Parts: sequence; structure tokens; C-alpha cells
Amino acid sequence: MSVGRQELKGDAGPGTEKQRLDELAELIGRSLDSAAERGASGAEAAVSVDRGLSVAVRMGEVETIEYHRSQGFGVTVYFGHRKGSASSTDLSPTAVADTVAAACRIAQYAAEDPYAGLPDADTLAREFPKLDVFHPWNLDADGAIGIAMECENAARGFDPEISNSEGASLDTFQGVRMLGNTLGFMHGYASSRHSLSCSVIGQRDGQMQRDDWWTVARAPQDLEAAAEVGRKAAERTLSRLGARSLTTRQCPVVFAADIASSLLGHFIAAIRGGNLYRKSSFLLDCLGKPIFPEFVRIHEQPHLPRALGSVPYDSEGVATYPRDLVSQGVLQSYVLSTYSARKLGLKSTGNAGGVHNLTVEPGLLGLPELLKTMDSGLLVTEMMGQGVNIVTGDYSRGAAGFWVENGVIQYPVEEITIAGNLRSMFRGIQAIGSDVDARGNTRTGSILIDSMTVAGN
Amino acid sequence: MTNESLDVARRLILDPLALSASDLDRVMATMLGAAIDDADIYLQQSRYESWALEDGMVKEGSHSIDQGAGLRAVSGEKTGFAYSDEIALPTLIEAARNARAIAVAGASSPSRVEARETPSRLYLPIDPLPSLSEQDKIDLLRRLDAEARRLDPRVEQVIVSLSGGSSAILVLDRAGAMHGDVRPLVRLNVSVIVQQDGRREQGSSGGGARADYRYFLEGDRASGYVREAVRLALVNLEAGEAPAGTMTVVLGPGWPGVLLHEAIGHGLEGDFNRKGTSAFSGRVGERVASALCTVVDDGTLPGRRGSLNIDDEGTVTQCTTLIENGILRGYMQDKLNARLMGVRPTGNGRRESYAHLPMPRMTNTYMLPGATPPEEIIESVQHGLYAKNFGGGQVDITSGKFVFSASEAYLIENGRIGRPVKGATLIGNGPDVLTRVSLVGNDLALDSGVGTCGKDGQSVPVGVGQPTLRVDGLTVGGTSV
Repeated sequence: MSVGRQELKGDAGPGTEKQRLDELAELIGRSLDSAAERGASGAEAAVSVDRGLSVAVRMGEVETIEYHRSQGFGVTVYFGHRKGSASSTDLSPTAVADTVAAACRIAQYAAEDPYAGLPDADTLAREFPKLDVFHPWNLDADGAIGIAMECENAARGFDPEISNSEGASLDTFQGVRMLGNTLGFMHGYASSRHSLSCSVIGQRDGQMQRDDWWTVARAPQDLEAAAEVGRKAAERTLSRLGARSLTTRQCPVVFAADIASSLLGHFIAAIRGGNLYRKSSFLLDCLGKPIFPEFVRIHEQPHLPRALGSVPYDSEGVATYPRDLVSQGVLQSYVLSTYSARKLGLKSTGNAGGVHNLTVEPGLLGLPELLKTMDSGLLVTEMMGQGVNIVTGDYSRGAAGFWVENGVIQYPVEEITIAGNLRSMFRGIQAIGSDVDARGNTRTGSILIDSMTVAGN
Repeated sequence: MTNESLDVARRLILDPLALSASDLDRVMATMLGAAIDDADIYLQQSRYESWALEDGMVKEGSHSIDQGAGLRAVSGEKTGFAYSDEIALPTLIEAARNARAIAVAGASSPSRVEARETPSRLYLPIDPLPSLSEQDKIDLLRRLDAEARRLDPRVEQVIVSLSGGSSAILVLDRAGAMHGDVRPLVRLNVSVIVQQDGRREQGSSGGGARADYRYFLEGDRASGYVREAVRLALVNLEAGEAPAGTMTVVLGPGWPGVLLHEAIGHGLEGDFNRKGTSAFSGRVGERVASALCTVVDDGTLPGRRGSLNIDDEGTVTQCTTLIENGILRGYMQDKLNARLMGVRPTGNGRRESYAHLPMPRMTNTYMLPGATPPEEIIESVQHGLYAKNFGGGQVDITSGKFVFSASEAYLIENGRIGRPVKGATLIGNGPDVLTRVSLVGNDLALDSGVGTCGKDGQSVPVGVGQPTLRVDGLTVGGTSV
């Protein structure tokens, strides 16, 4: 393994971030040395330092101004195949030494697990793609308040039926993190994240409804305009006024793009190594088998510039790489960490800590065309509760949205549940929209499913 | 009277940092000014560990230490907040300056002076970690694993986790009074996968308390979790399609009280009601439940997961009546919302940690028992659902719609419990669901100590409870039409 500990690459900007990274690398180096002195055969350590500012305004007044300043250090040690972990928010040399000692003490009591250990050296990242994820925002409290005010004012002024507000908030964070292990891996980088959200309440005929909208980005200039966020929040709230329940029925369902990502979340949970080796998944032994209709492609894009889920390597330092999880509806790959891969007799897929920019290949239809394809059915725009069993695939969740007839929205609905089984829901996907919501770590358009049970009054 | 919890918290937090009470007074003075209505300094030091067993072995454990300070200055409805993981005088002074920047000209006048109560001692100011040796912890997990596998040959996988820790807090309030608490918390969970003819189902059970690890060794407690997890998984092997639609639902005692937490609890938190964003806003004195229902939030139950000697603002906890014989009586308050609504704080000001602002949160929320034996409640139902165990839930405060998900349920046919059905989500409307409670059992039970409540991204441990309830009309989200 040739990555030198001293060799510090990364996306850090000039000056303080570079200095910060050097300090953190030194701290990690010291902790790895200390683990070795205590007899550990291998160790891995990570450290992060973050700063942030959050402001919230409500009804045209400042509600809170919060200054964030946090840090954390975590270490995992191996004595052969015995593992122990410990973490601390205190980065002083004494606290770091104590934390290493705590991890070593725990490892003495852990069982010998032949699969436990550092990643295979050849899987560790050796190249570090430019991810462009560090765009700090030199924004003071007054500046942040101004943006949040503009956002909330746009929402409150949008319509007289907007009667109350939960406010608007602006958050900006920047931080550096560094990861090192005794195989010689040592790398760190700086990143930033900014977000603006707004939530307002509408009232009509004694009924109150709330809804929200939000925007998030690595760079401030990539955020949606404040007034636009406010306007969307108001529109979404107004569209829910007059909601009623439905009678119990079976019908097709469209999951709106911003909540369709939850279905992908269940899919990922079912193909995660941890659930597979524990036999806690409804997708056991499905590699190479069709899970979705043939037109479905789902892939991971860990190196998209500026994207929220972009990382050069996973939480163990294993290189991430773009790959298909599903192509032509067939499952191509599981989602594995080093440990779960070894348990299954496979190689890590660079997914310790999760997936990175999971992308569902968009279809050609926008949401209105998707509703036309559905003809009559339910458009779900909000879901409530858990109600998902990954062992069996059984699915039952609270929902709200709109009843659609002849491809046109008729009225808002609420106090209903939607139920089915994920296995048949995945196979029953009729179309995927072109209306991709690219804000989060999962990018998908709206998803039309052939039939689910809707329970109501 | 001495306050041992305060003394221990002071020793744990201040002594190692070489910070004195007068240093903290200096920090407080930096925050205070004419326009500041309230301010506090919150210091915290927590230590937690966890051990996990799977594949028949304890593969890993972890240990964490978290410490820091949160400083808050309040002016009218505005709050300035700064926190840091570093507790050192210069950092605290800087944080105080940041927090006090919230104060603007023309803010309201200073507030209340209250008589100070001495908190009762609901749990000991202890660190539970050394209460069992590491070897005893591991032996406990291995014994439970073996017990689960011995109970039934269909048990295929067993995961047992044990975690515990303690959080010491100090709150210095505006008047200069120092409040302190040391809060132990332990948790044990057993989860199994069973397999029969290729069908797999899971079951899990567990409990916890503000105590040390020996709590799990009292009587048969830990083995009880194992039996319950295996029983649940085996019931689910037999479960058929759940019904879909609105029907009479009988809710079992104990953890199904998550109904109360979601349907009415959150809607009665002071912040939503001050802002008028809750479906319960402005409804004190109105009927929101059948006359059979009396619901309280009680932070003073000894040893319970949701209990606190003092809340995170230093207010002594209490038992607050939320609904009395069906009439809405009051809200749960922290200091800020109580002041703005002109009422007294109720000891519900809670925060996840020093890095979060306090807000009104529940402690242990439950319904008082009624007069009907549970068997009679089942017998009263011609056709309906008996929901005995639940996962979590969620609520939309503004519309009042709430859900909670059954994990063990049976059909009721002609007054008898029939075949088991798969888990399903139940959905209802908070402000009227309790008006449809037609029978209340005499079998009040509290949950086993497993609840965690999330609000605005902050998690805090809570408890729930209720007797068996008959609700005439809840929507059941099954698949069978």
C-alpha cells in the first residue's frame, strides 16, 4: 500500500482549511501510533470539525440565531480479529489517548470474528477525484436573516388564505474531516452545505393545513431563490386545503418525485450487506434476477461535482466508483461494506456508511403526462409513519395527496393509508417521470405503480 | 437539604475543567443586559457504551464521551444560541457574546421570580457502566442468545444489544441559581428472525430504565424479553392479510399508548399552541375526548425512561393533567413558551444535548385506568381488530392526522380474538379520535422503557402507557379490501 501518511491531498482551499487538515492528520497519526503501542494489530481513526450558523424567522420576526461549533473523534481498533470502537467530542491529547484506550479495552472482550478487520489494502482509495464540495458562505447573522425574511415574506404574502407560519430558516455549515488507518491511508477534505426552508399554514372553512419547501446545496449560488422557495411552500399548503378522506379501494398510485426516494431507500435497505447476511431482507439471493420491469436502471454516481452525496471514498477509505445496481430491471450489485462483503464472500462495493447519489434513470414523461397514463388513481405527496417490514417487504403507511381522474387532479385527500408488498410494488412500476428531484442523495422522478390498497373511511 | 444529584453533576463537570462558579457568573454577566428576558448556561458531560451480539458472539462494543456547553439568551420571542464542544472560559465568553447579540432595543421587561423547589430523587446519580463487569455483560448477551435458540428450532438469527450510560448536566439560570442532575439510562433489546418453509418473520422486544444494568437481572426480566421476541416472530409466521378500512379497534395496554403520544401529546406541546399551529390551539376547556378519558404527562415516575428530576432548564418535573374526563385542561410548557403564554412552566423543557435548544417535550404520557375488564372489551366487539403491539408513529400537528403501526394484531369476530394478521398502519385524526373511545380497561400498563421521541431533529427518551381501549372507528391500513 503506497499512500503515504504525510501525503495530504484533498479539496481543501488555501490557508486555514489546509492548516486544519494538517492538524487533524497529526491527531489521527498520534492516535494510530497510540493504538499500535497498546498492541493493536490494526486501527482506523476519523476526526471532523464543523462550524455553522442557523437563523430562523417567523411571522416577520427573528426567532432564533444559532452558532454551531462541533467536533468529533472516533477510533476502531483490531487485535487480530477482535474489534473495539470508541468516540469523543473532546480532541485534547489526553481525551484522544483515553478514547484509544477505551477502544482497546473493549476489543479485549469482543469475540474473535474471522471477518472483522481493516479493508483489503487494494480496495482503499488511491485517487481522489475533485468533487468541488467546498464552497463556504461568509454570511453573517444579518445576511442570513435577510434571506430567511425574503423567503417567509414571499410565502405569507402569496395568498390571504396563508394564515400562519412555522417560519423560514437558513442554515450554513462548513467543516473538515480526515480519515486514516494503519494500512497507510490518510486523507481529508473540506465540505460545505447550505439550506433554506419554509413552512406555512393555510386555513379555509375551519381546516388548517401546513406544507413546506426547501432547497439545499454545496454552493450558495446553487440554492433556489428565497422568494421561489417561499412561493412553492405557499402553493403546496394551499393545494392541500379542503382535503378529505377516500373510501377504501384498490387503485394505481403515483409517488411524487420528492417522496419516491423513500421507495429507493427501502430497496437499498433490502440489498444492504448487513440485512443480507442476517437474512433480514425480502431480496435474499436476488443477484442477477429481475426485481423491476425491464426499463428500470438504478445507479450510483459518487463523484458528481457539487452533489450532496458525493464522496471520494466510503467511511472506511474504500474507493467509491460509479456503477449500476439495477440495469434492465435486473439486480447487478449489492450494497456492501468490507465486513458484510466478507460475510457474503464478496468484495466491498465502497458503501460503508451508505450509497452515494443514488440515481434512477429518468423516463420521458413529466408529472402531468404520468397522471394521464395513470388515468384514475392516487397521487401521493406526503407519507407518514414507518410501517415498512424489510424482512417480508410488507408495506403500509399513512398518506396524503390528491385524487386523480381522467389524468387530472380532482381534490386533495388525507387520513388514508396505502398498502402492498414492496416486491410486487417494484415489479408493478409502470413508468418513471422525467421530473427528477435532485436535491437529496437519491435522485428520482415520480414513480407510477400499477395497484395498491388504499384504506380510508 | 442537600441535593446529591447537583453535587455529583458539579463534581463531574466543573472539577476536571478547573472552572469555578464565579467563572460561570462572569459568562452569565456577559450575556445579560436590559433587553434580555432570560438566559441560561447548560453544561453537559455524557458517557455511553453499547455491546452487540449476533451470530452467537459479541462481535463489537463501543464507548463514547460527549461534552459541551450551550448558552442561550432570550429576548421577547427571540432566542440567541451558541454551543461548543470545548468547555473553556474564553470559548464560553465568545459563545455568550454570540448568544446575546439576539437582544435588540425595545424588548420586553424582566420576568418572574419563583420559589425554588427541591426535586425529588427519581433515580440515583450513578454511572451504570461499572454495575456489571464487562465479562458479565458479555455472559448476559450470550445467555439470552442461547435461550432464544433453545425456545424454538425455527429461530434462525438472534441479535441482542445492551447499552447504557449516564448524562450529567448543570444549568445556571439567569438569577444565578445552579441546577444539576445526573441521569442514568440503560437499554436491552432482543431481536430474532424465525424461518419456516422459506417464510421469514422477525420479532423484537426489550426494555430499559433510569437504573443500572442489574435492572435486567431482577426477577426474570431479560429472559422475558427473549420469550416475547420469539413469541412475536412465531405469531407473525401465522399472520394473514390485514384488513383495510375503518373499523372498531381494540388497543392493548402499555406500549400501544403511542396512540396518546401521537394523537394528542405533540398537539398539546406549548410551542405549537403559542404559535397557533396545532389542531388543539385555543381549545383549553373544550371536549376533545370521551368522558372516560383522563390523560396525564408525568415526569415524576421513579426510574422510568421518560422521567427527570429536573428538566433541561432546571424546572422540577411534575404530573400535568392534559385531558380530564374528556375536557382539555392544559399544555406542556418550557420556560419560554410559558412566559409568552402567561402560565407556569410544567417541567417539560427538554433538549437532546447542549448542542440543541430546549423546547416543550413529553416525559411519560399515559391514560388513567377505567373500570372495564379487558376481556369484556374484546367481548363487546362483533367485528374489529385487536392491536396488541406497535412500532412507532408520527403526527402532522397542524392537520391533526396521526399514524401508528401495529406489529402484532388479530381479527376480532363475535367477541373472540381470531386469526393473527400482518402489521398495518393505523391512521386517525388527533382532535376527535379520543371522542370515539367507548370503553377504557382497568388494566393500565406503562411501556417497558423503549420509547424515543423525535421533534425538530432532536431525540429524547420518553415513556407511554394506557389501559386496554376500545376505539369505535379507526382506519386500518391493511391490504385486504
